[in-house]
Amino acid sequence: MKPGDWSPARPGIPTRVWVARAARATAVGAIILVSLFPFYWAVNTSLQSGSALFSVEYWPSNPVWENYRAVFTEQSFGRNILNSLLVASGTVGFSLLFALPAAYAFGRVRFRGRGLLLFAILCVTMFPQIAVLSGLFELVRFFGLYNRWAGLALSYTLFTLPFMVWVLTVFMSRLPRELEEAALVDGASPLGVLVRILMPLLTPAMAASGLLALIAAWNEFLFALTLTLDDQSRTAPVAIALITGASQYELPWGRVMAASVIVTLPLALLVLLFHRHMVAGLTTGAAKG
Amino acid sequence: MTKPARDSLQRQRTRMALRFLAPTLIVLVVVAGWPLARTIGLSFTDAHLSRLEQSQWVALENYFALAADPDWWRAAANTLTFAGISVSLELLAGLGVALVLRRAFPGAGFLQAAVLIPWAIPTVVSARIWAWMANDVYGVANDLLLRSGLIDAPVAWLADPVSAMGVVILADVWKATPFMALLLLAGLHSIPPVLYEAAHSDGAGPLRSFWHITLPLLRPAIAVAVLFRTLDALRMFDLVYVMLGDNRTTATVSVYARRQLIDFQEFGYGSAAAFAVFLLAAMGAAAIVTGLRVRLEPLS
Repeated sequence: MKPGDWSPARPGIPTRVWVARAARATAVGAIILVSLFPFYWAVNTSLQSGSALFSVEYWPSNPVWENYRAVFTEQSFGRNILNSLLVASGTVGFSLLFALPAAYAFGRVRFRGRGLLLFAILCVTMFPQIAVLSGLFELVRFFGLYNRWAGLALSYTLFTLPFMVWVLTVFMSRLPRELEEAALVDGASPLGVLVRILMPLLTPAMAASGLLALIAAWNEFLFALTLTLDDQSRTAPVAIALITGASQYELPWGRVMAASVIVTLPLALLVLLFHRHMVAGLTTGAAKG
Repeated sequence: MTKPARDSLQRQRTRMALRFLAPTLIVLVVVAGWPLARTIGLSFTDAHLSRLEQSQWVALENYFALAADPDWWRAAANTLTFAGISVSLELLAGLGVALVLRRAFPGAGFLQAAVLIPWAIPTVVSARIWAWMANDVYGVANDLLLRSGLIDAPVAWLADPVSAMGVVILADVWKATPFMALLLLAGLHSIPPVLYEAAHSDGAGPLRSFWHITLPLLRPAIAVAVLFRTLDALRMFDLVYVMLGDNRTTATVSVYARRQLIDFQEFGYGSAAAFAVFLLAAMGAAAIVTGLRVRLEPLS
């Protein structure tokens, strides 16, 4: 459909079609409003301070940056963001390094037990995290990684690694077989085939699964809350969850919302730039009837 | 290629496959297998974090204690209510959004990005935002409802367990509908358009073709989406924990288990609760897989 098709002046379009279009436009408007309003509200609140917070204003008539300044000066939110960045990128790098060869094995070789093993790996993605919490707590302390970002990155592979193996396997098995056969006949090693021939073709799949794993690691809360102890080691979501006031009614909402906006903005940017990749990753392997 | 040559090549490929898989399998045994086994093992002991080495075998005592704790049953009821209502609403809303997104129209790309934003926002952040919007004195929800005359006085939404659960469910529906919609949209795109053309030329209206073509052919996609969402809902922790705190009346099973494990440091009893969450999720998965006949591409 071309944009010109929407022109109301265009003759010859039956009323029924017009009603359908108006209904769709209303639905689209409602979906966008509902999707974005809560985030707009967070931005709106984050730009107000003092008494402005305590009357419901739909537009920040007197925008101030005070909350944003307070987030960085009155608590170690900068450090928390750095921790989140380290954990998220560490998790993705580590998972990708392990998932690529595994996906090569699952996607290109038919061996006995393949289905069962792949199913077991899918099940791990769906694990309730609480079921491994006590064991992970011990494990992370055993490795001396308690209260460190590397301990979190290790524990996050619990959900990012199986997910990446799954997505990459699906994409890998869709690549034509002839690609690697020629190279193998020429005497290339399997690792060489993976790195030089398959990986370049898998860039979209790596981007898709990597982005989704990055978001999952950036957003994770239960492990981050349990496996870190002090303010300097916390990730940004934990820091946001632990902002408290003198009582429940004195929560510094302006500051909570400023921190929320800071954590969300990079994600919103990623979504706007790469939503097609993300959709491809999210729906991988799930759509087949 | 001769048969022996092919067999030896196959053996060689299998050996290579196992070598490539080994690192991943080792990592998963370390971060998933071992901790899960440890949780199961601890659940039969009276372990306490302060004296893990001296823990005694107590057989099923922790599980009996769990079954006798009304707080546990309340948490189980909260979790099942939350999962049942929010996944149903997400399915309905997701189907609606998927049907709107189905056809190409100007701005469809932006719409897709806009619906993905709630999904990408950290759950901690959406919990905070929804709690703020539902604030009894300064919240936008009360303001809008008062202005429109739907309520006469501000409501303390988060103070009452039932309405607090309602806010939690709304926040979850807001966050998870995009995921549902995108999985269903992929399912919709796999339905051959020829079927609709045939139905149209047979005189079937849009409602009939939705009922007889769209819904039956969408069933596999619905099954997968419902499975993923239900498992996610049954383990839900952050939304309730951040919005309502570690509160006995509104806790989910994950919140309950974490309180026993970390706050009370009862590693034995808490592990029994955590393993019960695992069993609950496993039973939910089994029920959905058999009930809706889930099939996944790389496995077939």
